Amino acid sequence: MTINEIQDEIIDDFSYFDDWMDKYEYIIDLGKNLPLIDPAEKTNEKLITGCQSRVWLGANHKDGKVEFTADSDAVITKGIIGLLIQVMSNQPAKDIVESDLYFIDKIGLKEHLSPTRSNGLLSMVKQMKMYAVALNSIK
Amino acid sequence: MADNNINTSLDIEKVRADFPLLQTEMRGKPIVFLDSAASSQKPQIVIDAISKYYNSQHANVHRGVYELSQNATDAFELGRERVRSFLNAESTDEVIFTRGCTESINLVASCYGRKFLSEGDEVIISAMEHHSNIVPWQMICQEKGATLKVVPLNEKGEIIMEEYKKLLSDKTKIVSIVHISNSLGTINPVKEIIDLAHEKDIPVLIDGAQATLHSKVDVRDLDVDFYTFSSHKVYGPTGIGVLYGKRKWLDAMPPYQGGGEMIKTVSFENTTYNELPFKFEAGTPDISGAIGLGIALEYVKDLGFDAIAAHESEILTYATEKLLAIDGLKIIGTAANKASVISFLIEGTHPYDVGTLLDKMGIAVRTGHHCTQPLMDFYQIPGTVRASFAVYSSKDDVDKLVAGVERVANMLR
Repeated sequence: MTINEIQDEIIDDFSYFDDWMDKYEYIIDLGKNLPLIDPAEKTNEKLITGCQSRVWLGANHKDGKVEFTADSDAVITKGIIGLLIQVMSNQPAKDIVESDLYFIDKIGLKEHLSPTRSNGLLSMVKQMKMYAVALNSIK
Repeated sequence: MADNNINTSLDIEKVRADFPLLQTEMRGKPIVFLDSAASSQKPQIVIDAISKYYNSQHANVHRGVYELSQNATDAFELGRERVRSFLNAESTDEVIFTRGCTESINLVASCYGRKFLSEGDEVIISAMEHHSNIVPWQMICQEKGATLKVVPLNEKGEIIMEEYKKLLSDKTKIVSIVHISNSLGTINPVKEIIDLAHEKDIPVLIDGAQATLHSKVDVRDLDVDFYTFSSHKVYGPTGIGVLYGKRKWLDAMPPYQGGGEMIKTVSFENTTYNELPFKFEAGTPDISGAIGLGIALEYVKDLGFDAIAAHESEILTYATEKLLAIDGLKIIGTAANKASVISFLIEGTHPYDVGTLLDKMGIAVRTGHHCTQPLMDFYQIPGTVRASFAVYSSKDDVDKLVAGVERVANMLR
């Protein structure tokens, strides 16, 4: 599936939630059930410091595609990371660089990617694209 | 004078009605505002005073010979007199207007430091300081080759006075310590801290950012050398703050910034500086801010410090008891003498998650390190959730917070 196809699927999933509680419960579950990075690999090299929560991001290049792993100490941040990984991981580097992550706005989580939120998510998305640019040029 | 005010009970509903923002909603729910330690809300009379000033009184101050400018100058200087009276300073010459508590501390670090610090000297702060009372001193110490000494805390979040005594030496050139901790609520024994430093002729700055909101401050009784606070934390407008300084120090210190207002004569060869307090106030000051701050301080005095303290203490006790009943909740900062600030953590949850979900319920709390990263390192925590209370905080606010926290804990665990 392409980045936009996955985004549209997530938007559709979220349209079934009636209120903020259901939505956040889903995100929290997503966060809890995704042990994304092995604690031993949570190195400072992978750390993106937000003011409030910390995010770790790793990337690999495989068969022309970029595979991301990421994690956070805050479970809501981690849940949203889970969604971003669903959308961005295992996609061609070029598509990642050019991606427009409209699903965040559509599912009502835009505030989490605001520059003032200081949770590391905005920096993480920038870093994902930087990895994709770098790995694309290696190829 | 507030000292004569023996009224010790407040009509909270009446107080709340003074603050228009408390009647608004957040996330579609009546707002539960528990972040007054970051900035307090403003009573209508402060908003009205600022509005009135811009509607009918505005002109630049200390310059015009016309009536409007003279009236604006009088209103601005009345603001200064109200600060003087609030702090019980000897003279308005000792009341410097700044942009806020942060700038006040920077001013002292920079000007006092330039004049009195040299290589090998020491500056003492504590481990519970806000970044505003760490970084300015680090900067001047680096410039001058001086060393920053940090007084350690005990587990409850109290300064270890024995350690403080040990740090005071012939090398110490200034002590700069917070009156009330913004992260922990600890009320420091500032009188004792000042007296001990004075025994060795060391001047003391007290960072009063969190104190003026909760208690009476008497700079002459404290015999403090510098006292700093921000208007916006004590129900006044943002953008203005105060540096109180003893005249002997302010006279001895070089000016902070150059410009208009702060000069007596200027030629291209030489400039002579204006007298206090104008020597430290370059440029057009925050006129409306000074007026608004003056009104805010009058508002606090009218409510009465005893009444405010009694109310906030009742809220603190009530909230502490209710929050501690929640399974897995731990309060960070359990000093014996504490202001109405509660930092807490819920086992197995991250402060960011707790704050995010409380926001959805219309509850405004602060999460994170509260600009006290070294303090968070001391407790080995990423941050806390902080609920802080002001004169308008009610038991209903506490009940909503407790219900919210219980719900959040269930969602996250």
